[in-house]
Order: sequence, then structure tokens, then C-alpha cells
Amino acid sequence: MISRDHILNKVRTALGHAVGRTAAAPPPARLCVPAWTVEERWQRFASALEKLGGNAVRVSEPAEAQRYVAGLTCGRAAVASRSLFLEVCGIHQLAGVRRDFRDPGELRAACAEAEFGITGADYALADTGSLAVFASPEEARLISLLPPVHIALLPISRLLTGLDELLSLVPNPAERSSALILITGPSRTADIEQILVRGVHGPGEIHVIVVDDRETRS
Amino acid sequence: MMTGYPREQIRRTLADPRLQEAIYSATGRLMEHRRQVVAPEVLPDYQELREQARRIKEHTLENLDAYLEQFEAQVRARGGEVIWAKDGPEVADFVLDLARRSNARLLVKSKSMTTEEIGLRERLEAQHFEVVETDLGEYIIQLAQERPYHIVAPALHKTREEVGEIFSQRLGVPRENVPERQTRIARTVLRQKFLTADIGITGANFLVADSGAVVLVENEGNARLTTSAPRIHVAVAGIEKLIPRAQDLAVFLKLLGRSATGQPLTVYTSILSGPRRQGEWDGPEQFYVVLLDGGRSRVLADRDKRQTLYCIRCGACLNHCPVYRRIGGHNYPWIYSGPIGKIASPQFQGLTEDPWLPFASSLCGACAEVCPVKIEIPRLLLELRAEIVKTQAREGQNRWERLGFRLWSWVMTRPRLYEALSLAAGLLAGEGSDQGWLRQLPGLLNAGPLRAWLDYRDLPAPGRSFRALWRQRTARVRE
Amino acid sequence: MPARVALFVTCIVDQFFPRVGLAMAEVLERLGYRVDFPEAQTCCGQPAFNTGYREEARHVARHFLSVFRDAEYVVVPSGSCTSMITRHYEELFRKDPEALEQARRLAPRVWEFSQFLLEVAGVEDVGARLPAVVTYHDSCHALRELGIREGPRRLLAKVRGLELREMPASQECCGFGGTFSVKFPEISASMVRTKVEAIHQTGAQYVVSVDASCLMQIQGALNRAGSPVRTLHLAEVLASR
Repeated sequence: MISRDHILNKVRTALGHAVGRTAAAPPPARLCVPAWTVEERWQRFASALEKLGGNAVRVSEPAEAQRYVAGLTCGRAAVASRSLFLEVCGIHQLAGVRRDFRDPGELRAACAEAEFGITGADYALADTGSLAVFASPEEARLISLLPPVHIALLPISRLLTGLDELLSLVPNPAERSSALILITGPSRTADIEQILVRGVHGPGEIHVIVVDDRETRS
Repeated sequence: MMTGYPREQIRRTLADPRLQEAIYSATGRLMEHRRQVVAPEVLPDYQELREQARRIKEHTLENLDAYLEQFEAQVRARGGEVIWAKDGPEVADFVLDLARRSNARLLVKSKSMTTEEIGLRERLEAQHFEVVETDLGEYIIQLAQERPYHIVAPALHKTREEVGEIFSQRLGVPRENVPERQTRIARTVLRQKFLTADIGITGANFLVADSGAVVLVENEGNARLTTSAPRIHVAVAGIEKLIPRAQDLAVFLKLLGRSATGQPLTVYTSILSGPRRQGEWDGPEQFYVVLLDGGRSRVLADRDKRQTLYCIRCGACLNHCPVYRRIGGHNYPWIYSGPIGKIASPQFQGLTEDPWLPFASSLCGACAEVCPVKIEIPRLLLELRAEIVKTQAREGQNRWERLGFRLWSWVMTRPRLYEALSLAAGLLAGEGSDQGWLRQLPGLLNAGPLRAWLDYRDLPAPGRSFRALWRQRTARVRE
Repeated sequence: MPARVALFVTCIVDQFFPRVGLAMAEVLERLGYRVDFPEAQTCCGQPAFNTGYREEARHVARHFLSVFRDAEYVVVPSGSCTSMITRHYEELFRKDPEALEQARRLAPRVWEFSQFLLEVAGVEDVGARLPAVVTYHDSCHALRELGIREGPRRLLAKVRGLELREMPASQECCGFGGTFSVKFPEISASMVRTKVEAIHQTGAQYVVSVDASCLMQIQGALNRAGSPVRTLHLAEVLASR
């Protein structure tokens, strides 16, 4: 408490402010949302993610998403989140996929062992090839982090143009969750002689499966 | 004025071809990466983004007291705690007390300049806690017992062979010189640390006032692990890290990744507000934000130089600085090197602590051109130079140089004297015409600035001055 | 009645590179200007300003203002000195309203040589001829404080027989930096070494710049390295025929 008052006093003195002064209005926020069609968004997303060494796949229906994931995991150990969309796609029925855990400790141990982490994503951002995931009872943080391969599924309606659109839809992420994580490609480093190495602490491989919905299905 | 200038050490750096190549090419690549992603055809509104970023930083600092209080209230409302620390020891005291209270033994850290600034890891280690850096570059630096070479790339100066040597010596693993395999080694060692750590310590790239959020950007996933696996998360951040709204991240995140490493967005961005909530599976049970003053409120008091606090630690000024690109990061006196270090150190560490520092710039202006928040670094360097000269005059230091400039200004305001002296110099050099070059000067003349010049370059010999030739020319024209 | 141009040749040109001043006068006269050389001129004050000696700099800057007060145009063979006068006097005279007013009145009439040619005289082709391969060094203050980038290249492109070859990192500082070059000679020398290498890579015979001070640094290093490459001020190129 002593340091608090000391610091605030020093700040106020530096600024010549009285106690209890309210902040002046900040400059208007700068958010620019381009008008891209679904097709444009998809193309930009796929090319941005692929440039980063990630894999973007578009499928026409949930069953196809299920088949695609099955082809990736081939029955090997995977941890899936409790995301409703994974349910829709029938991911939990795949061999080797585990979803239910008694407690956080068990979930963590499973993530540390699994070869795949499968999650939903609240949004994807087309211009940067990013995923936006809110931590929640449905989405544990470690599933997209500990296993060497991350697979994410989302409906194409959740594919936004970019960060600006995300922040205009969700102006205050803290109101929704204790953690909003943006994931842009596989984990990487260039700390040794600036040589790019993927999969440092997070997944070195990322697959994002975007599923068409009724309007976009051709 | 040159007190404390590590001339010998710098000469050694300059004479090390391996190191020179490493610094110059690494920074060169970072420059090129940045150039590609801020080019007008890729990011047409780059200049508007910079302008907005600067305006927001300016506004936030002008209203910092209010934003600090708003931030604190928001963190509390989400179940977190805010701790205020005047200096490094207060931060360490808090973390030590917390570690003891919660029976913690192992602490993992993600890269943070603020904790480097106050030597937090060393303070905790001195009290027998195990503290492990988890960013790969920072981990290498910790094992090598050095300090970071660069704000963004701490191990920029290390070759893979050196890393192999460090790993085999300190970790007892077989010697391995391939970066990919070296990374695997670090991943395996550090994975165990993450899973058994009690406390995760991070810095913060931004603190968001309207959300009470700590924002972390990174590429490896170590900051995510640091903030997801241990039961306690402590974020240590300077009070200048505030921004008003989460929506402002749209501007800052775009600029930070691009300016630092040429990435439109870094791989991971974590926007963290408070401990894990009801029903969540992971994330910390306790969430603390330590707000560090550490001299910032003093810098804030100077309306003009306050802009030093706009810095978002992207490192672009280092990469573009021809001086940093030669002398590297370890020849600067403080943890902040390069152009930003040259304006920050005198303000934080004291004006006359390393008086040479603001002078060690050719004022080329490359730093200001790339700064994402438009800090006027060259102008502040000039300002600091003037302040140092004034202080030294008061303290009776640097007498000869001051006398020299006084004489110089006396001569330069007396054109006839100026001309007479230039004539004398011409005669002394013994050159009849212009544009001869001298390789050396005799005896007494070979001293001071002339010698400093001649040690490395030829010097143009003063010959007949322009005014002499001009007079001749006008006389000819009249005839 | 042709316009009158006052030369401010700068102290470095006056002392060390008088040919640059003569070349500048020649080009301007060729374009029909009446060229004056106010003899009371010395220096703009930059060396003291950049080294932190503001009082001494003000002293010299006031002298400059008094010498050029009535000039119609002042043309300068240096981006750095031009910027000192047009931009930094503002800072220097923050607390001297009278000098500040003088500086503000003079500033719009002070021109760096290449900008004067392009923006005031409105010429790109001054009828020069120089059959040689040249490379252009972007002087920092001209480039970053005055925005001079394409101008000199446009002027060079019109010189008959001249081939311009860009060097790598032409915008990287040569390491001069005024007193920096003698306070930190080892760093300054390391910077100019890179510049010399870049120049050599082009195979050019001449390095051209709009600042004599950069050329002093570069030529000094070229000589020391035993290089046959010569530096030329843009004015010298444009005066040749």
C-alpha cells in the first residue's frame, strides 16, 4: 500500500495532476474491417497459414472433417477438447481420441503423452492465418500446446477478416474469458543463428480444418 | 565526456571477424524481414498505424495515473492482485515472499526485459530458488551466464558450435551442433521444468486498462506454458506498459511483430486476465501483476523526453543502427542497448553515469525512421548531449573540450580571424593547392582529434580556401 | 533581372573542398543566376550543436543569420548544414524569440543544392557530361531530414555518358557524424569500411554525394585502403562537361 501511494503520487506530480482526476478521452480506436467475401477470406487464410508452414484444409461437411482427422491421427493417441463443434464433427468417436478426464491433473498428463491435440477455435483470422481460442470449460489451454501436433476445426462462418474484426466483435476479451490465445502457425524459433526451427515448446505442426456450412456448401 | 567508454573492449569486438559477421548479418536479416512486411504494397496504412500508436502512447502517459487505477480495479474484479513496486528489490521481495508462502521450489520464466532490468532471476537464485529461463535464446544466455545481447534475440551473438559447447557442458548432453537437434534438447529439458514448476514469471508486452489484461507475444510457446502450467502466474511490468483499451491491440500487435521480426503477428499472442475461471481445466489459480516504477515516474516528469517510455521493445532501432551493428549488445552499459539504450540509460541510470553514451551516435536517424511509436531518438540524443555538457560544465569537467568550442565560436564569429587562421593552416600543411591528402602529421600536431582521424583515415590537407579562389575568380571576371 | 543566389559554401568546403563551391557557382551561373559569396560567412554552428555546446552554437548561428539575412536564396552544398539551418535552428533558438523569428524568416529561402535545382530552378538536365561509372551515397541528413532520395539520382540520370550503379545499402551511414568521427574513431572507421566495400562492389570510378563531409570521410578511407575510387560532390559532376 505504501509503494502504491508513493508511485501514484510520483506519477501525479510528474503529470501535474490532482488526486481523483479522470482520464481524458483516448483517441478513437482504429479498427479497419475490409469487406472480403467468404471465398476471399478462405483463400487469404489458407495462403497465410501455409506460408507459415501450417496446413489449411476446407471440407464441405462435418463427416468429411471427421474422415480428414481420422486420416491424420490413424488411431494414435489424441486428446480432444470438449468443444461442441468437435462433437458435431464426430471427432470424439475416432479411435485413440480421448476427451473425458476426471481432473485437471489427468488432462495434463494425457496432453503431455498424446501425439495430437484437437480443439475447436472461436474464430480464425484470414489475413494472418491465425486461430483465436478463448479458454473455457470446453477449451483447455494445454490441448493446443503440449502435443506435437495441433488440429483445430471450425465452421467457415467463424472465419473473420482479421484482428480488427475480432476486436470489433469482442471489444473486451477479458469479459468473456481469462485467456484469449491467438495462434498463428506452428511454434517456432530462430534463436540459434537465425535458423528457423519449428516445434520449440508448442506444436511444430498445425492443421486447421474449416468446415463449410449450409450457405457455403457447393 | 569519454569517462567509462570501453574503448579496448569495443576494439576487441570490432576486431573479431566472426562476431562482426554474426551481428551484421543477423541484424541485416531482421531489417529485411521488417522491410518486406511494412512495404506500402503490403501494409498501405503503416504510417497511419505508427501515428495512431504514438498518439495512444502519448495519451496514456498523459493520463497514466487514471489508467493505472483502472487497470488495478479491473485485475481485482477478475480475481487477480496488483502489487506496486518502487524498484527491483521490492519486486524480488514480493516474489520471494510469495514463493515461500506457497512452498514453491521451481520457478519458470519467459523472456522479459523488465525482469532483466532489475536482475530478478539473480535475486531469486541468491535465495536458493531454482529459476529457469524458457525462451530458447534466453535459456542459452542463462546457461552461458551472460546477459542478453539484443532485446528480441538474446543469443544473437552465439554460434551453433558455441551453443553445442554450452549445452554439453552445462546439461551433460552429448555435443550437438545442429540447431534443430539443439532445440529438441532444450524442449525436452524445459518440458520437465514447465510441468513441475510452481510459479511462472513473465513480463508483459502490454497492460490493458479496460480489461485488466496482461498481453504477451512470443513465437515458441514458452510464455503460454509459463502462464498455463504452473499454479501461480506473476507478471512483472513497468508502469509505462499500459494501453487504454483491448481494441488498441489492433494497432500495437500489428506494429510489434512486424517491427521486431517481420511477422504480421507473432505465433502466439496471449491476452490474460485473472486466474482460471469456474470450470476451466488449466491456467493459474493465482494471478499477480507487479507494477514496477524503477525510475519511470522520474522520466515521466520530463514532458519532452517522456516519449522514451513509448518504447514497445521491438528492437528495430538496434537492427537498423550502424553503431549497434558494429559494437553489438554487450558494449552498452545497461541491459537496453542500441539507440533506445542510448536515450534510456542516461535517464534511468543518471546523466553522468556513462556520459559518452549519447555521443556514441553518428545521428544518422535510421532508428527514428523505423521506430513503430515514432520516438524522436536523434533529437533526444542531442538534448541529452546538451544536458551532459551543461552538467559537466557545472562540475568543472571536460575543460579542454569546452575551451576548444569556446575558442571555435569566437573564431567563427570573426570572419577575418577565421580567414587568417585558415591561411595559416594552409601554410603549415605546406600544400600549394587544394585537395591534397595527408597520411600523417608531424610530432605535436599528431594528437587529439587529428590523430583520432588519422589513425584510420587520410585527412584532406587545407590548401587555398574557397574564398581565396573566389576572389581570384571575380577578379578575373572583372578583367 | 535574374535572381540572385547567395552561396553558403559551408566551412568544410571553404577549407578543404573549394572546388565543390566553384562547381556549384558554375552550374548556377550556367542556369542564369547571379551568384554572390557573402564573405563574412563561416559556419552554421552544427559542430557545436551536435556536440552539446548550445551556447557556442547559438553564437555562431546568430552570426550566420546576420550574414544571410537579406539573401534572396541561400544555396548550400550540404544536406546536413541545410537541415541545421532550416530545422535545428528552431530547437536552438527555442528561448530566443528574436533569433527564432529571423531563423523562421530565412528558412524557406535556404536550399540544399540538388533541391534548389529541381524545385526552384526546375531543371533536371543542366547540360553536364561525364563519361564514367558512378555510385550514389545517400547522406543521412539529406535523406532522412530533408527527404532527398530520388532528386540527385534524377539529376545524375541526365548527365551524358554517366552510368549510375546503386551500391548495396546506399542508405547506411558512412560513419562521419561530425565529432563522432574523432570521439569514436574505431566505430566510425568500421562503419566507413562497410561503405568502402559496398562502393567497390559496384565497380564505380566515382562515389557521389550531396554532402562534402561524408565525402571527406569516404575519401579518407578510400585513400587509406589504397583504392583508386574518387569521391565527387554532385555539384562537381553537374559542372563537368
